[in-house]
Amino acid sequence: MRSKRIELFVGAFIVVGIMAFVYLAVQVSGLAFSDKKDTYQIVARFDDIGGLSNRAKVTIAGVNIGSVESITLDKDLYMGLVTMNIDSDVDNIPTDSSIAILTSGLLGEKYLGLSIGADDEMLTDGGEIFDTQSALVLETLISQFLFKAGDSE
Amino acid sequence: MKMVAELGAALLNWLESVGRAGIFLIQSVFRLPVRPKESLNLLVKQLYSVGVLSLVIVVVSGAFIGMVLALQGYSILAKFGSEEAVGQLLALALLRELGPVVTALLFAGRAGSSLTAEIGLMKATEQLSSFEMMGVDPLRRVIAPRFIAGVICLPLLSLIFSATGIIGGLIVSVNWLGVHDGAFWSLMQQSVYFDTDILNGFIKAVFFSVAVTWIAVYQGYECVPTSEGIGKATTRTVVLGSLAILALDFVLTAAMFGDF
Repeated sequence: MRSKRIELFVGAFIVVGIMAFVYLAVQVSGLAFSDKKDTYQIVARFDDIGGLSNRAKVTIAGVNIGSVESITLDKDLYMGLVTMNIDSDVDNIPTDSSIAILTSGLLGEKYLGLSIGADDEMLTDGGEIFDTQSALVLETLISQFLFKAGDSE
Repeated sequence: MKMVAELGAALLNWLESVGRAGIFLIQSVFRLPVRPKESLNLLVKQLYSVGVLSLVIVVVSGAFIGMVLALQGYSILAKFGSEEAVGQLLALALLRELGPVVTALLFAGRAGSSLTAEIGLMKATEQLSSFEMMGVDPLRRVIAPRFIAGVICLPLLSLIFSATGIIGGLIVSVNWLGVHDGAFWSLMQQSVYFDTDILNGFIKAVFFSVAVTWIAVYQGYECVPTSEGIGKATTRTVVLGSLAILALDFVLTAAMFGDF
């Protein structure tokens, strides 16, 4: 009788432990089990990636449509080569779309924002976006501002 | 000259005890059980006394640590107007560091010391040698279920600790301090990754569990079989266990989160 009770408590303990694991996985890390969506890869070259990191969001109109897969240096052009995975159900991005590195909030994370172009041809796997806008670097902005202020005097 | 010899002897003694502890672990755990049904029963009994009975202290301290983290984080983050980030702070701090480390420290104090004292008393009252007389291997019958139970329990307890900590922090920050709960969760989910944060925390807890339980059962088995010896062995379990946890934590953190 007593041993049965112990078994019951031990079983409950293990179940609670597994529940805690599932809770952490689903609620805290936001892991979705259907997360393994089909994706296709596109690339873009930036003059300055300014703090963009792997797994950063890629958005259209603020809606998340993919993530950054890798960031490497293009040694021939001296530009940052960003490879990103785009959900395959978003298959209607025109080839002349432009992409910019944006910041969420004043000090938030960097993410990529796509602005849709007007071309009839759509980007496919391995396609490249040529119209890119680099990250705003605060130092550059300030120096531009100072130069302008100096000119007007 | 004499000092050098003493130093060498101390080093050799230390190496010898490390070797003994390793052989002891292999002899007790890496052996097939003779009667699987009975060993399972022994294991369940140990899971109860090591895991279930540690549940209360882990849940209570987890909830309070989560609440304190939320309060402290809120008071500083509110100065920058970004009090929603308290969820992110709470989850990362608990999952990466506080969950595994504090649970392991509590476990060393609560379960490790009782394992040492129990095994030490068994040795002092010659129960271990009477097992041997009866032809039962005490390593397999007494040590193995305790070690395995400790290794199973600590990671589970650490998960429970983190989960209750996050719930405690949620109550303080969302229900009492008025942080917007949508922002609380979404910022948390954006910054917590399953593999780098939750799994790495879990792996840490597994390492700690092996270290703490190993130290506890070994100290119990090797203690001087007197009441004073048992007391000393119990103290040594808690001290060595805590130091091992903190040192291991630094090494593991450097390996897991060291590349920025």
